[in-house]
Parts: sequence; structure tokens; C-alpha cells
Amino acid sequence: MNASAYIHISLIDLLIALLFVGVTAIVSYWQGLGLERDIAVGTVRTFVQLLTVGFVLQRLFDASRWYWVVAALAIMTTVAGYNAMKRQSGAKQGLFAVMTAAIATAGVITLILVIGVVLRVRPWYQPQYVIPIAGMVIGNSMTGAALVVNRFHSELTLRRSEVEASLALGATAREAAAGALRESLRAAMMPTINSMMTVGLVQLPGMMTGQIISGASPPDAVRYQVVVMLMVAAATAVAAMTAVFGALGVFFTPAQQLSPRLELGRRFDAYTARAKH
Amino acid sequence: MPANAMNEGRSVSVNDPKCTAAVELIHVSKTKPVVLGDSVTQLQVIEDVSFSVPKGEILALVGPSGSGKSTLLRMINRLEDPTSGRINLFETNISSLDVRELRRRVGMVFQTPALIAGTVADNVSYGPRLRREDCDPGEYLDLVQLERDLLHRPATALSVGQQQRMCIARALANRPEALLLDEPTSALDQTAANTVLDLICRLNRELGLTVIMVTHLMEHARAVGTQVVLLVRGAKIEEGPADAFFRGPATEIGRRFLQGELSNER
Repeated sequence: MNASAYIHISLIDLLIALLFVGVTAIVSYWQGLGLERDIAVGTVRTFVQLLTVGFVLQRLFDASRWYWVVAALAIMTTVAGYNAMKRQSGAKQGLFAVMTAAIATAGVITLILVIGVVLRVRPWYQPQYVIPIAGMVIGNSMTGAALVVNRFHSELTLRRSEVEASLALGATAREAAAGALRESLRAAMMPTINSMMTVGLVQLPGMMTGQIISGASPPDAVRYQVVVMLMVAAATAVAAMTAVFGALGVFFTPAQQLSPRLELGRRFDAYTARAKH
Repeated sequence: MPANAMNEGRSVSVNDPKCTAAVELIHVSKTKPVVLGDSVTQLQVIEDVSFSVPKGEILALVGPSGSGKSTLLRMINRLEDPTSGRINLFETNISSLDVRELRRRVGMVFQTPALIAGTVADNVSYGPRLRREDCDPGEYLDLVQLERDLLHRPATALSVGQQQRMCIARALANRPEALLLDEPTSALDQTAANTVLDLICRLNRELGLTVIMVTHLMEHARAVGTQVVLLVRGAKIEEGPADAFFRGPATEIGRRFLQGELSNER
């Protein structure tokens, strides 16, 4: 099969695709959902964000320099770290560093394995491979890190008396939080493990679909998808593990006490911001 | 009151010069963030409190709710730290001790029995297990007069009174030098509470254990306390032998407190 034989989407085709927006808007209007404004904003953002990314990626691909690729990965990691922090229901202070470090750790380990050992991309920084794969690794690491820390926070709040009883008996923070750690890690890893159970049966994954459309043979696309599934599971596990141990250092003090942030919740951020002045 | 009888036969003298202080608080103050409505306010919960607990005594730390009794107790095993001042355990500043060692030496029991997931045996041997030491949990159930058959039951299957005694056994398994009890009888019915009060007296007598018990229940303070410290709004109002305090407080505030006029401060 000829890889360049797939159908290109012209600007006119894109405008025609706006018909879908019309359908969405009609449903909203008809049923009085009041979502018209959000639909309009969402449409514009989809256009602007994706066209910008397309443009940036094209420049990145043309330049094909290792330092531009590394810079792009660093930006992706930082934005993901910020997002994982933003998704926390409790206090956020100190968690940006934890999240970014966790996502970076998971990213580096998984990318080295996938790019260097499984796919053996030469040169390693070939953007065509590194960027999309890193996107999936970083995206899933972000979800895993955000999920694990959120759950850890609520487990500690829920099990507060058990945790303090353990501390009072001489346990370290890690020992006292063992049950909460286990529960949070399970919760963070379950979604990727569940998706490994149903992949291909219910829905064809986006990457595989994309490859097939752009001309790859289904068996080839499937192999990529298998690598991606396993890689995503590993990335989630490493990110969740790193994030939750980082959070342990944030939710407990060095003297093995529960931090007041657990009691104060979101209000802790405002409180510490004020205390600095 | 039958509980009063338990006070007899103990001969620890407060004024004995050889009596070293087991726990000593020196100008301890604490401010901490407290949620008030929707905002967080820095509140002075303990204000310049000093007192000492001689070895082998039972100190009843009393006061209206919100007076800072629990915070003070929690600072003695460093579940919280003072903002200023210091706390000594047998003449050593507790902040210079390894915190895990401090907590092993100072056992803590909470108001509602805090269970660790697992059986009664898992709970009782939790402390020694952390340090990879052998422990016969049955021995400690004997001490708190719980049947050994309970060992392999889940801790949740016990009655609240039994759970509280299990928590005391769990603290004892660490072979502590002092025991901190935070309202240990408040969640119990009268019979279960009396059993626990009895137990506290016996442990103090037989093991020479120094005890600090926080309580807002005056009959319970009177039943076990040899010493009393009265805390109101974070400040120490009275300190002295329990019998003198209950016979007639030295201060007007102390008198009003005993008459139940200060019960709902803050």
C-alpha cells in the first residue's frame, strides 16, 4: 500500500466539517441546553490550538535538531505537571514540583525503552517518532500522577485516625500510610489495566486508527498499538509511584506528622500565601 | 463513688525531691491555623504553659472543650510541635530525640479507638513489629483483662469498650515509660468507662507508669488523677494535687469550672 495515497483534507473540506458544529449547536438550541456559547468557543479553540500545534510540529520536523526535540519534551512535561497539580481537590502547594518530577521520571524511563530498545529509532531524536510517543507517555503519566495524589489525599483524610494511631506507635509516615498508598496506586493503575482488557473490542485506539488511515497495514498498526498499550501501562505505573512518594513528603512533615494541609484542604494555599507576607 | 476507692493505697509523693519529672513543659505556646467558617485564622491555642508531671503520677489534664488540652497532649509525643517553649521527657528535650523512639516511649490512646486494619493480634503487636521485635500479644491482653480468644478476631468485631482496652494493650506492647490518654473514656458507656479507669489505676500502680489523661469528665478525673492541671482558653489556671483541687480550687475560675459554669468556652 502506498503511504502517501491517503486523502488530504483541504481548507474547504475543513470548513465543510463545520457542519458538525451546526448539528451540535442545533441539538443544544432545540433542547435548551444553553451550550451554544461553549460550543462556539470550543470550536474556535480546537481550530486554533490544533492548527498551531500542526505548524509547530512541522517546524520541529523540518529542523530535526535534538535540542528542539528536548525543548519540546520539557515544555510538554511542565505543562502536564501544572495540569496534574491543577486537578487536585485539596491544597496544591508543593505539588507542581512533585507532579513534574513524576511525569519526567516516567517519561525518561519509558521513552528510553521505547525509542532506544523496542523501536530502535535512529537517530533517536527523529521527531516523527519521539513527539507522538512522548505525547502519549506524558499524557498518561499526567493522568496517573493526578489520580494517585488526589486519591492519596482523600485516603489520608478518611483514614486519619488510623494513620495517626500508627504514627503514635512509632511508625514512619510511609509505614503509617501503607494502606492509603496501596489503595491510591491501585486506583491510579486500574484504568490503564482495564483498557488493556477491552482494547480493540469496543473501540479502536486513536493512534492505530490514524496509522491505518494514513496507509499503514492493519497488522503493522496493531503492533504499534500493542507497544503503545504496554508502554502506557508502564508509564502510568512509574508516574503514579513517583508522584505518590513525592506527595508523602508533602502530606507529612519531616517529624512524621500529618501536615495541617490535610485538615485545612484548599484553604491551606490561601493561608500559606498570606503567612508569607 | 466506688471509683474513688481506687485512689487509695498509692503512695507516690509529689514533694519527694528524688522524684524526677517524667514529663516537663517549659513555657509552651502554640499558635495554629484553625478553620473558622470559610477562612483560616491563626489562633493561639496554648499560651505559655509550664508544668511537670513527676514519675509515677497520674495527671488529669482538665478544662472546658476547646481549651487546648488535646493539642497539649499531642505535643508531648510530637503529633504536633509547639510554636515556642520546650518539652522534656525525663530531662531530655523531646525534639532532640528520634521521633519514633519518643513515640515508643510515650504511648498514646485516643478518644475513639483508632483501629489498625487486621486482627486484635495485628493491632497489639503493631509497634514491636515495626521494629522487628518479637511480641506475645496475649501477654498484653492479659494486662488489660481481655480474653486471649479475641486475639484472632478482627479488631472491628470488638465492642467499643474492648477496642479501647485493646488500644491500651497496643500502647503497652511498646513498653512505654508514660501513657498519654486523650479522653479515653468519653466514647464509652459508664460500665466500660469504669473498667478503663480501673485499668489505668492498676497499670499505674503495677507498672509504675506515668499517665497524663485529658478529660472533660470530672468524675473520671477525680477517679484516677493524683495531680490536676486546669487549662482554660489555652492558659494554665490551676496546678496541684488532685484531692486539694477537688476539695476546693484555689482560683475563682477553677471554682466556676468545677461548678460547670465554663463548660462551653469557645
